[in-house]
Amino acid sequence: MTAGQEGPDSGNALVGIVLVSHSAPVAESVAELARELAAGGPVAPVAAAGGTALGGLGTSSERIVAAAREVDRGAGVALLADLGSSVLTVKALLMEDELPPGSALLDAPFVEGAVAAVVTASAGAPLAAVAAAAAEAYAYRKA
Amino acid sequence: MRDADFFRHWMAAVAASVEREADRLTELDSPIGDADHGSNLLRGFTAVVAALGAQPPTAAPGEVLQLAGRTLISTVGGASGPLYGTLLRRTGKALGESDEVSDAELRAALAAGVDAVAQLGGAAPGDKTMLDALEPGVAALGTSYRAARVAAENGALATVPMRARKGRASYLGERSIGHQDPGATSSALLLGALADVAEPEGAR
Repeated sequence: MTAGQEGPDSGNALVGIVLVSHSAPVAESVAELARELAAGGPVAPVAAAGGTALGGLGTSSERIVAAAREVDRGAGVALLADLGSSVLTVKALLMEDELPPGSALLDAPFVEGAVAAVVTASAGAPLAAVAAAAAEAYAYRKA
Repeated sequence: MRDADFFRHWMAAVAASVEREADRLTELDSPIGDADHGSNLLRGFTAVVAALGAQPPTAAPGEVLQLAGRTLISTVGGASGPLYGTLLRRTGKALGESDEVSDAELRAALAAGVDAVAQLGGAAPGDKTMLDALEPGVAALGTSYRAARVAAENGALATVPMRARKGRASYLGERSIGHQDPGATSSALLLGALADVAEPEGAR
């Protein structure tokens, strides 16, 4: 499914966030950054899926699937990815329906998008609003 | 008609080709990529052969290719994993559940697989990617498997003067010109292995 579609009906459950990077430390650090910037109330579930299953640089489809299941509360799962194979692996998994229902790849910059997504999801916003907030990070010009 | 063993032989032949050519694939991936294409594909197709060996022998052709694709997505670790994985899974899905498939059905299924790769990667012919070998190769299947191999090899050679528009190589801009694309090269190996299994030398 594409970003912007609503997840399954879920009451007050929070949207889960998965951060997919080529590097495990990058995924973990961005998850930590986003969680801390969203703190102050309930924080949406965030999971990092970085690096290969062998601990190298690359992408592990197993880690992505496990992370998505871990953060799935029934309100949808928003995935952010950094480069090449991270993006392609998430898309391939979505094409084959291997991620929880209501999962979507967000079109957003990785770090800024992650912070926007976690803050918005923690406020209880639905998946479409989380996706829109993350995508808005592209509009912030730095120079 | 082609049965499941034909597809197992094809995957084993790809694994053997990749093993033989792994160093060259990695070498091609050094100036314009991250020098891991040969080792990534070798790990992937070695895992494919192991997974197919553990699959029930009653599996249909389509199931053989779907398992091969799923294994590539989960073991390669680089962009070629989801790309080749999607190619084989979509081809396998298109073959359905019948125990034997015709060459025409295989041709149509491969075309569906190539379309899925184009959709996944957002690339078009001329972008210096796998598609530059896969599209002419699969189109030539209408003539013969040998013609498909030649068309895919020529497609891979034709990537040399192209400027990369997708993936890591695209960051190099003009400097990607003059190098043969590693993904197009391995795609030619995939269709070359298909030709070897479908039309063995001695059989002609």
